[in-house]
Amino acid sequence: MSSTQTAAAGQLQEALNQDDLAPETRLKLYRLMYECRSLEKRAYDLFMQNLIKGTSHLALGQEAVAAGFGGAMRKDDYTYCTYRGHNHTYVRGVEMSEVLGELMGTTAGLMRGKGGSMHLTSVEHGAMGSYAIIGAHLCIANGSGWSAKYRGTEQVSVCFFGDGTTNIGAFHEALNFAAIWKLPVVFVCENNLYMEYTPIGDVTAVEHPAADRASAYDLEKIIIDGNDVDEVYKTAQRAFARARRGDGPSLIEAKTYRHGGHSRADPGKYRPDEEVQEWLKKDPIPMYRARMLANGISEAEIVKIEDDVKEMTDKATEIAKSAPPPDASLANQDVWADGGVAWRN
Amino acid sequence: MAQLTYREAVAAGIAQEMRRDNSVVLIGEDIADAGGVFKTTVGLLDEFGPDRVRDTPISEQAILGAAMGAAMTGLKPVAEIMFSDFFAVCWDFVVNEIAKARYMTDGQVTMPLVIKSSNGGGARLGAQHSQAIENWAMAIPGIKVVAPSTPGDVKGLMAAAIRDPDPVLFFESKSLYGAKEDVPEGEHIVELGKANVLRSGTDVTICALALTVPRAMKAAETLEREHGISATVIDLRSLVPLDTQTILRETEKTGRLVTVEENPRLCGWGAEIASIVAEEMFWSLDGPIVRVTTPHVPLASADNLEDLQLPSPERVVAAVRDLVD
Repeated sequence: MSSTQTAAAGQLQEALNQDDLAPETRLKLYRLMYECRSLEKRAYDLFMQNLIKGTSHLALGQEAVAAGFGGAMRKDDYTYCTYRGHNHTYVRGVEMSEVLGELMGTTAGLMRGKGGSMHLTSVEHGAMGSYAIIGAHLCIANGSGWSAKYRGTEQVSVCFFGDGTTNIGAFHEALNFAAIWKLPVVFVCENNLYMEYTPIGDVTAVEHPAADRASAYDLEKIIIDGNDVDEVYKTAQRAFARARRGDGPSLIEAKTYRHGGHSRADPGKYRPDEEVQEWLKKDPIPMYRARMLANGISEAEIVKIEDDVKEMTDKATEIAKSAPPPDASLANQDVWADGGVAWRN
Repeated sequence: MAQLTYREAVAAGIAQEMRRDNSVVLIGEDIADAGGVFKTTVGLLDEFGPDRVRDTPISEQAILGAAMGAAMTGLKPVAEIMFSDFFAVCWDFVVNEIAKARYMTDGQVTMPLVIKSSNGGGARLGAQHSQAIENWAMAIPGIKVVAPSTPGDVKGLMAAAIRDPDPVLFFESKSLYGAKEDVPEGEHIVELGKANVLRSGTDVTICALALTVPRAMKAAETLEREHGISATVIDLRSLVPLDTQTILRETEKTGRLVTVEENPRLCGWGAEIASIVAEEMFWSLDGPIVRVTTPHVPLASADNLEDLQLPSPERVVAAVRDLVD
């Protein structure tokens, strides 16, 4: 580590040691995590009932990353995420029914069933898309960062991806490009230890798949506990401030763990039981609940959030379920900006 | 009017749009200081400055990703992929990202961007720097495909492509960069999707694109002069949108259709046109639809070999004579 890197790491540790997050911020972050958990557990149940088809990649256990970054973003910032992007899209202010509706392929969905689980997008909320080809969206996030810089708006592009992404070419092209153009892009690697079914350590030359590559792009090496939403939130604030100042991109590796398998088809049996048990103890939601109680937030306030969220999840499910399927005309709509699909006269 | 080469017309079309719209920006490898390896962007850095005309690393995925992300958030980027062969290293962005974003998001995003690229053979550059790939692009729903044959069309179609709200792949024929003609000096726009009937005949209709246009014209002149065969020549200008009305109308008049394609044989654009014409006006045809293409092999580098491979006026003349006689 260089001396600046050491100093930066020291500042972060200091910030974390202080109990300086206002109770309302804590409650907001807890609520976001709790909503994400409730939303995805419901998505899982709906799969089991065969009301959701296709595939789905849940982020159960990784909610602190989505909530911490989402909670720190400005309303007009941009989010780019992957096919494991339900939470990243949701935390921008999208309705639960719009997520569930899209997963179910009804007109309640964000894209009325034209995108599906892997492509959730809500441009009006700055959720610029969920991308299902590994690595591409890092390059695309650069484009929005470039555009924001050109327009002088101080908007930040936040780009989430998994540990497996660090071994594809687009990751390296994107980081170099963002670094040389000093783009306001924050790259967030959610290292959940597995590249689909394979331990990331088995297929990566370095121990920390994102952070150990940072120096190649003249970036600070940043590794955080992705299950500690306070740490995530504060890291996000620092990275966003740097981006808005014009000092360029950040690359953050957040260590976390998915409670389930890679996708609907995967029960995740390749993971040792002890490892899973160890990480379940580090579940970001009960961990944070305990911290809030220890810091004087009343249980009644917390329970109120939990009850609220249960009710909103039930309501959202009903809205999503009862909405009609998309009209057949949608199949042949919106290839072009004029709304049409014509390629000939 | 001013005499411009095909390569100068590229810069002229981009400059015309950059002057009227600050959201038009240009990126690519060697396009700023160097003015492009084919000198198609000379003068743009000087006129519009480094914020709007920017060199990139050799990172084709980063180039197209940046263009896409910028197009979704208020800019109208023109991105250069130096040789169209290099699309093979960034095709994901064209096929999976740029082409599909609007459809998948139920119309939430528009993608006003242009990707310009030098395309095709004739420059003795061998198999990895000479391919004509317009037929790859045509196969993807959501991409417009433009390939001009003259300096005037280069300027006008480039301007139209930049104004178009959808993604356009703009193929510049590298063998035509030196071609020169009078080009309108003021604002010049050529609408996308309108084929140009360059010559009207009575015996056969020849459809051509980019490099094959001057070759088809030369063939038509030989056919007229030496063989008494009268040919119509259509410059398609774009494959998507495809001006099928002009193709059908002009084929109806002659009863015979020949396509002249630079792409290799299989699934070339002529096959699609042949299929449309066969389906929609089979009973008006006086003979089979004939395709003259580059054979289904990689391109060779040596002069005589590459000349044998690319569709030549002589091959067009022979194909038409076989059909008409």
